[in-house]
Amino acid sequence: MAKGKRLYAVLAEFSRAEALLDGARQLRAAGFDNVEAFTPFPIEGLAETLGFHDQGVPRATLAGGIFGFVAGFFLQVGVNLDFPLDIGGRPLVPPQAFMLISFETMVLCAVIAAVASMLRRNGLPRLHHPLFDNPRFHLASDDRFFLAIMAGPGTDRERARAALEQLSPATLTEVFERHGP
Amino acid sequence: MSSAAPPYGAITREVVSIPPHFPARRTWWMLFLFSLLLLVLLVVSLAVLFLRGPGIWGNNIPVGWGFPISNYVWWLGIGHAGTLISAMLLLLGQSWRNTLNRFAEAMTLFAVTCGALYPIFHLGRPWFFYWMAPYPNVMDIWPQFRSPLTWDFFAVLTYLIVSILFWYIGIIPDLATARDRARKRRWQVFFGLFALGWRGSASHWARWRQAYRLIAAIAVPLVVSVHSEISLLFAAGPIPGWNSTVFPPYFVLGAAFSGFAVVSMIAVGLRSMLGLKDLVTPWHLDMLGRLMLATGFMTAYGYVAEAFTSAYAGGPEFETLLDRVSGPYAWSYWGAIIFNFIPLQFLWLKGVRRSPLPLFAIGLCVAAGMWLERYMLLVTSLYRDWLESSVGYYHATFWDWALYAGLIGLFLALFLLFVRFLPVISAFEVKAEKAEEARHG
Repeated sequence: MAKGKRLYAVLAEFSRAEALLDGARQLRAAGFDNVEAFTPFPIEGLAETLGFHDQGVPRATLAGGIFGFVAGFFLQVGVNLDFPLDIGGRPLVPPQAFMLISFETMVLCAVIAAVASMLRRNGLPRLHHPLFDNPRFHLASDDRFFLAIMAGPGTDRERARAALEQLSPATLTEVFERHGP
Repeated sequence: MSSAAPPYGAITREVVSIPPHFPARRTWWMLFLFSLLLLVLLVVSLAVLFLRGPGIWGNNIPVGWGFPISNYVWWLGIGHAGTLISAMLLLLGQSWRNTLNRFAEAMTLFAVTCGALYPIFHLGRPWFFYWMAPYPNVMDIWPQFRSPLTWDFFAVLTYLIVSILFWYIGIIPDLATARDRARKRRWQVFFGLFALGWRGSASHWARWRQAYRLIAAIAVPLVVSVHSEISLLFAAGPIPGWNSTVFPPYFVLGAAFSGFAVVSMIAVGLRSMLGLKDLVTPWHLDMLGRLMLATGFMTAYGYVAEAFTSAYAGGPEFETLLDRVSGPYAWSYWGAIIFNFIPLQFLWLKGVRRSPLPLFAIGLCVAAGMWLERYMLLVTSLYRDWLESSVGYYHATFWDWALYAGLIGLFLALFLLFVRFLPVISAFEVKAEKAEEARHG
């Protein structure tokens, strides 16, 4: 059945979160650096165990916030200078009165940047994925915990299988890339 | 570490199976038909409004701000509790929020939608509402950024977009769960599209958490800014009864108070309609009762501070205060005090906080009391000036009430659709909470 298809990952299933976390630690200690886990809820410390240090989302949020604040402030300055109205002798560029809208545009741009960078870095949205073909994978959103060694140029399939086998998972399956586009 | 793993599968089944196997079809349809009737009223009252203009309302000179603005403040206030429950309690690590946050956020979305429509209808020519946005136009006219009215436009728009995004990224993992459980093709497509291909990988969760917590941290000051902005519409004007420095915090806390009241009502309603008694426990109702009690007392402080400053200031401020407590609109002042603070005292009793019906009744009283408060603040400051020419009374007309009832119908209809088609409780957060409990014993 696997003929002609490229391996995507070797997938081991566990019934407990603790077993997954232990397994992840052991695989990392054994030198696997292409380990990924799939869980129904966020597990404390799992991403760090797998070597996740991406600070892209916080950085994008900060950049979005700064952009929003500056853009909001100068929008108001520009508009008031473009069409000057003398209202009770008040200054055309009153920073205090401009703070509220600058704050709102800052929040808006920061939040949009946070969501957009979260989705982009996670590779979402995506309608299909090789993992979805696996008959057990739907349990990853229910009550099962999956540990995967992703296939890559340097991955030895037999070694990956053996390493996962050692963790005595509930099931061990292979996931293949799809045919076609 | 306990030996048995928590029952994750049971949580999934209880929450995710609600839309495909809806437990209370008959109740749902009855409520939905009722809200559709109110929606018809909304459509009719809007048609009449567009044909004949705001003259159909009781608004007049000097009371140019009637129902549209007091109801706007009331609706947005209700919305704020959803964000506070969700974001503030997340940051404080209060894991009991996990059962409440999803529907509290949905309440925010729909309440803000209803609230935001009011100023637009109040414009007189609502189809030109986009003139409030700064866009280059052939008339070379820009919004007036030194006026609180434009602040409002930005505040409400930002609040609506941020609430939608916060709610949506919070629901994506549960949509993925629903997608994986769906049997029928139409549910698979529906959930599959909106789950965006979520797979729950460790890096997905790590980035999701970063984004979710950051948005929560930004959303709390956003709530404060939005309702402070609304109160500045009042406080920035030199009108006795409005021109008060206590207004921003007083409005924000009153907003949270009315919102917690409505969240309590919704929690009680959903719990009995969908049979969620193991997830929304008496303990959750207890916590909601405590939140209502606490914010109620903070709101009461606002009443006292406002009365004290006007008594201290004397002059027109004091006369307005006297008029509020004994004038022709004294019913709204005393109504607000009675509905807001008398039934509230029963929440000191643990038994009352934990029983659904009394909690629902107190929530209803507070929602009505806060509505009376907004009405009182608006009308009593405007209807009588110190000039003969600007004295007049305000009475809501049939169309004022029709529009208000219609918007309640819109809120109900949207909320019922949410209950019918989406997971109303955040299943993955409840699971994470159970896992933490199991780990720490």
